[in-house]
Amino acid sequence: MICACLAAVLSAGCSGRSTGGNAGSAGTTAPEAAFQDTGSDTLVNLALAWAERYMSENPEVRISVTGGGSGTGIASLINGTVQIANASREMSAEEIAEAKKNGISPVKFTVALDAIAVVANPNNSVEGLTLQQLSDIYTGKITRWSQVGGQDGPVVLLSRESNSGTYVYFLEQVVRLGNAKSKALFSPETLLMPSSQGIGTEVQQNPHAIGYDGLGYVTSEQKMIAVARTAAGPYVLPSARTVLNKSYPVSRPLYMYTAGEPTGAVKKYLDWIVSDGQKLVRDVGFVPLAGSGG
Amino acid sequence: MSSVPVRARRRTRFSEFALETLIRVLGFSTIGFVGLIFLFLLREGVPVFFEVPPGSLFSGRWYPTFGIFGTLPLIFGSLLVTLLAIAMALPLGVATAVFVREVAPRWAREILKPIIEVLAGIPSVVLGFFGMTLVAPLVREVLGAPTGLTAFSGAFILAYMALPTIISVAEDALDSVPRSYRDAGLAMGATRWQTIWRVVVPAARSGILTAVMLGMGRAIGETMAVMMVTGNAAVMPSSLASLFRPVRTMTATIAAEMGEVARGSTHYHALFGIGIILFVLTFLINLAAATAIFQKKRKGGLR
Repeated sequence: MICACLAAVLSAGCSGRSTGGNAGSAGTTAPEAAFQDTGSDTLVNLALAWAERYMSENPEVRISVTGGGSGTGIASLINGTVQIANASREMSAEEIAEAKKNGISPVKFTVALDAIAVVANPNNSVEGLTLQQLSDIYTGKITRWSQVGGQDGPVVLLSRESNSGTYVYFLEQVVRLGNAKSKALFSPETLLMPSSQGIGTEVQQNPHAIGYDGLGYVTSEQKMIAVARTAAGPYVLPSARTVLNKSYPVSRPLYMYTAGEPTGAVKKYLDWIVSDGQKLVRDVGFVPLAGSGG
Repeated sequence: MSSVPVRARRRTRFSEFALETLIRVLGFSTIGFVGLIFLFLLREGVPVFFEVPPGSLFSGRWYPTFGIFGTLPLIFGSLLVTLLAIAMALPLGVATAVFVREVAPRWAREILKPIIEVLAGIPSVVLGFFGMTLVAPLVREVLGAPTGLTAFSGAFILAYMALPTIISVAEDALDSVPRSYRDAGLAMGATRWQTIWRVVVPAARSGILTAVMLGMGRAIGETMAVMMVTGNAAVMPSSLASLFRPVRTMTATIAAEMGEVARGSTHYHALFGIGIILFVLTFLINLAAATAIFQKKRKGGLR
């Protein structure tokens, strides 16, 4: 949330007069093309980096970027108030139906890849966990570090808020182990942190904490835990290489949605993102799309 | 209006009438806005009481993303943090007020009062950071809790935030105790401490009660600092140990989830439902404070 506020402030500087604007009208021949890009807090730093670079190369284009979460971005797209919605998850069937009802058919673009890193305090002696162990930890079946080979101590579970796309992804792929029929939920003891920064602070301070977050948010004061699909291994740490060769099990694509097939300036921008824009991806801590050479 | 003299000039009468009307409209519009806000809250929030059966609405599990809307942990979370905060702030606040008003020399009072007012102006985000980076680690290390993000840490920060209100209002209440009460106490041979504790403080008790209520109103509605410090786990507080476990308050829940929720969904209505509960609770607290003030007036003497 703090991150989102910051993004709002930053973008206020570059949004200028570019308020409003109907979906689809961004590509008119007016000298100043302006459009809005809202959504996922995971993506917001990358979206800002892209917008800044693109605007410095194309001064006639104005892009205002804000965060708020994938759901916020998608809701704004459905309401027709933004041209691009950033999302760290796919739109749900309900959301697509609602958009169709408003006469908007969302189009999905994969813009980058992200690894969800599992992080713990640097003093934690646990080096690797299997997906099954992670699931047991987050559903509350494992409550002490000694049960997974660490020093004894209670496990303090940290999660992003339930509005975050990262939360939904982690629940589906890790807590429920990708099993669509599973009804497993996060343990009620899980601390829901309002921001990535909140998870970072607690993990740095608390020797018992375990958390998860996008690779781009992991700092050197946090220790990444290697994750294995099965107990036989291999235990893999997240990185651009292990995401691209699919050996790291907890990674996901990040999306931008547009209202209808993009035209004009929006189309040019998205074309740029999946080509030259990919060079910026690694600097912000994400994984560029395969084959883009970024 | 009728009190305007008949012979007054037309213009004066008109401008007076206009001014009076303007003030009246402004005054009533304030009430109107509060009413409209409440109506809006009702319109958006009441559907949840039909969409979710009361049995599960007041159960102990809050998983809004999965259609489980048990609000009890949130209500108890808010109450726990607020009451604990008041328990910490009340003795400290009243003692400070007594010191500032009754004990401190004049020059000290002149310095202390503005400082206390500055205290009230610290943004809650700043206090939240302070709680996250300083109070939470202390709570974890000193008290041995698994994590420092607990109801206790939240209450500590809230107590700090409620203190300026409590001190200022309690000090005003002490200030309005007539000098003759103190003189009478001292004349009876009571020491200064006895006079303060047995005469002045009891005479100001309804004012002090108001101070507590106002502080409580501030504490229960506080969002940002609480969200950063209490850990936000929707666990039912079950025993004394729950004080040193994470809790999730009503305000933090609304703030954290409202941005993401689909308009018109059950979750959306549920958040407004929590808003109604919160509104009613704050209203009751303010009502109690108002009653205390009213009683004070009726008893006479003390302003």
